[in-house]
Amino acid sequence: MNPSKLLRISCAVFLCAIFLAGVFAGVVTHYSYAKQFRELPNAAPSSSHLFGTDALGRDLFARVLYGTRISLLLAPAAAVLSTIIAGVLGAFAGLMGRWLEKVVLATADLCMALPLLFVLLALRALLPLDVNPVLSVVATFVFLGLLGWPASLRVVWAASRNLRDSDFLLLARASGCRPSRLIFRHVVPNLRPVLLAQLWISIPLYVLTEATLSMLGLGVMEPLPSWGNLLRGLEDFSVVSANPWRALPLLLLILVVISFQLILPAQEEIQ
Amino acid sequence: MRKHSVGVLLLFASAALAPATRAQSGGQLHFCLHGEPKTFNPILVDDEASEHIRYLTGGVLIRLNRQSQALEASLATSWEISRDRKTITFHLRKGVRFSDGTPFTSEDVAYTMNQLMDPQTHSPTGDAFRSGEGTVDVNTPTPDVVAITFPAPIAGLDRLFDQVAIMSAQSPRKEMAVLGPFFVAEYKAGSYVLLQKNPNYWKHDAQGKPLPYLDSIRLDIQRNRDIELVRFRKGELQMINRLDAEQFDRLKHDDPAVTHNAGTGLDAEQLWFNQVPAAPLPENKKAWFRSAKFRRAISAAINRDDMCRIVYGGYAKPAYGPVSPANHFWFNAALESPKHDTKAALALLTQAGFKYANETLKDAAGNRVEFNLVTNSGNASREKMAAMIQQDLAEIGIKVNVVTLDFPSLIERMTRTFDYDACLLGLVNTDLDPDSQMTVWLSSGENHQWNPNQKTPATAWEAEIDKLMREQASAVTDDERKVKFDRVQHIVAEQQPFIYLINKDVLLAVSPAVVGAAPVVLSPQAFWNAETLRLSPSAELGAQK
Repeated sequence: MNPSKLLRISCAVFLCAIFLAGVFAGVVTHYSYAKQFRELPNAAPSSSHLFGTDALGRDLFARVLYGTRISLLLAPAAAVLSTIIAGVLGAFAGLMGRWLEKVVLATADLCMALPLLFVLLALRALLPLDVNPVLSVVATFVFLGLLGWPASLRVVWAASRNLRDSDFLLLARASGCRPSRLIFRHVVPNLRPVLLAQLWISIPLYVLTEATLSMLGLGVMEPLPSWGNLLRGLEDFSVVSANPWRALPLLLLILVVISFQLILPAQEEIQ
Repeated sequence: MRKHSVGVLLLFASAALAPATRAQSGGQLHFCLHGEPKTFNPILVDDEASEHIRYLTGGVLIRLNRQSQALEASLATSWEISRDRKTITFHLRKGVRFSDGTPFTSEDVAYTMNQLMDPQTHSPTGDAFRSGEGTVDVNTPTPDVVAITFPAPIAGLDRLFDQVAIMSAQSPRKEMAVLGPFFVAEYKAGSYVLLQKNPNYWKHDAQGKPLPYLDSIRLDIQRNRDIELVRFRKGELQMINRLDAEQFDRLKHDDPAVTHNAGTGLDAEQLWFNQVPAAPLPENKKAWFRSAKFRRAISAAINRDDMCRIVYGGYAKPAYGPVSPANHFWFNAALESPKHDTKAALALLTQAGFKYANETLKDAAGNRVEFNLVTNSGNASREKMAAMIQQDLAEIGIKVNVVTLDFPSLIERMTRTFDYDACLLGLVNTDLDPDSQMTVWLSSGENHQWNPNQKTPATAWEAEIDKLMREQASAVTDDERKVKFDRVQHIVAEQQPFIYLINKDVLLAVSPAVVGAAPVVLSPQAFWNAETLRLSPSAELGAQK
């Protein structure tokens, strides 16, 4: 087995392990993510608290596991949603050109020009306070997915525009291919590396965006953990220098993002 | 052995004398303002940065000593208040000049008061003097006597003059001509304010040496507290007026000599339930929130000691009433300090008709007790406190959903829509006198947060507080006022409309190079005695703890 394949398999196994640990968090740890051991705030890792505890004495290992459940399920879901929207709209705009291209690009520009922060604040103001926390989390990620496509669209549009005048599309058109067949049979497979790259880039981006949103009262609320709000505890560098184990969620996020990148097949392999 | 002890004693004595002898006059003190000063006009001050500049530059008739909390003569050598508490007569210090050399007379006091009370000026300082309909009369029988008569009695009238910096009626420089220890020499918007020593300052030290000792103070405008801390560590700044507990701990760990805990401050963190009758809440929730036993049970179930220890690293004290122990005169020491007691909380809830079973609390109608606790987002301490309240109340079967909102949305809900269950916020208290809390305690007040702007008091105890607050405002002596306000504090402790949680300690940093610093809990904590501060030539001489 060649080394790159071995690395890819290792990354896939690692991601699956993390994913399963998150899904079966209740089995992996007997601690609740919310229980405060107040006599042990900021405790170092030990046999009873594998990752130590946070500032309120909550078991960090349990919080990371339950946080994984939220972040690793919902961030990819939001990334898939935004990438699908960007892929479909970008491919059509790039391929069809003319008025459709102008309308799609203008819409994307309009969305990018929207002050996202204020849109989200308005959304929070409209939501009732007693909205179910799980519903709030899901709504947040759906909203992120629905608003996150314009940047990816620009990339996808540029790539599909390069394909517009390619010989194989000319032949396909000459043989009477319908636009939808052109898109899904010829353009999208050629855009796959771009789309996958956009997808993998979006996942950590959404994890971090969720952290920002929880500051606005949107997204994951206390005591529900997410990677985002676990990372928020690291804003103050002194906290990390005094309690280095508090950086474990960050380490996990880095490993997950790298693993996502490494399991991507190289472009030449796709071609 | 005896000889040895004497030797040690002498060593200590010489060390104690060292600051006074080795510290020298002159030099520039350097620290930060945390915002842009909005004005240099002392009667228009409404923000902390401008307030600090007013304190350092303004000359006042009466000064509140930030350490003893007693009033002291300043530009007025003495004063009398009439029996009806409408008139105050000042006898002014003679031979005093403004920073530009203009002489100080009773005309300047009259000019300042007229400016202050002019409705066109919209002076926030003047608002405290607006006791009733009518005009303020200022009589200046001689250049060193001035009598000011207000249309209605004012409680704590003399204390209010601590905020009134006298402006010159004659000087072409108007508000830039000052009577305080420093004057504004240079201002670069967004960057710094440079204060120079006032050559005409009237005060002298015990040896007859003119004050202030410092040549100048440079106030850098720096909003970012972390950058401020880095600059302090590098020695670029010589003091930080307020630190949070984490910064303080970090600094204390590295250099304990520079950190100062001035003690429990005036500011409190508190929780309250929405009792507005028109609030868009279910009737069962409104009934819970109106129940004093419910509120007292919540208060008893919250572990304040844990909050102080975990959230504030031990730099806070549990709070039980509206006045902090830091407010020496007005604090009611007779108030009972309830302990964290889950059993007592459940007993109170049972008395109020609630039922606790299977780790769940239900009201008499069988509704699960659950409410939202809102607080402002981005405040890590409050978010931690909310999480702790969540766990404490879970122990008595109450489910709390913590919701953080941006500040404008929170204010909108608190003051307009009243669409919230409970709120956790802090109260910034800068004034010692209960009169400054009128809008909080009067049922008609807009800061009567649990049920603001009432036409008539909704409850008997609110009616009693209204009566007591009005009576204390018109009482003749401070002791009479204290009796009334003690009763207000007692009612508040009994009814718990605000559930007070903690009083934060006042934490600050002063470089060892600053001699004579004596940090206090009242603002401006680190530099209240700026006129007597000196800079030592060597860093081992420092602030006296």
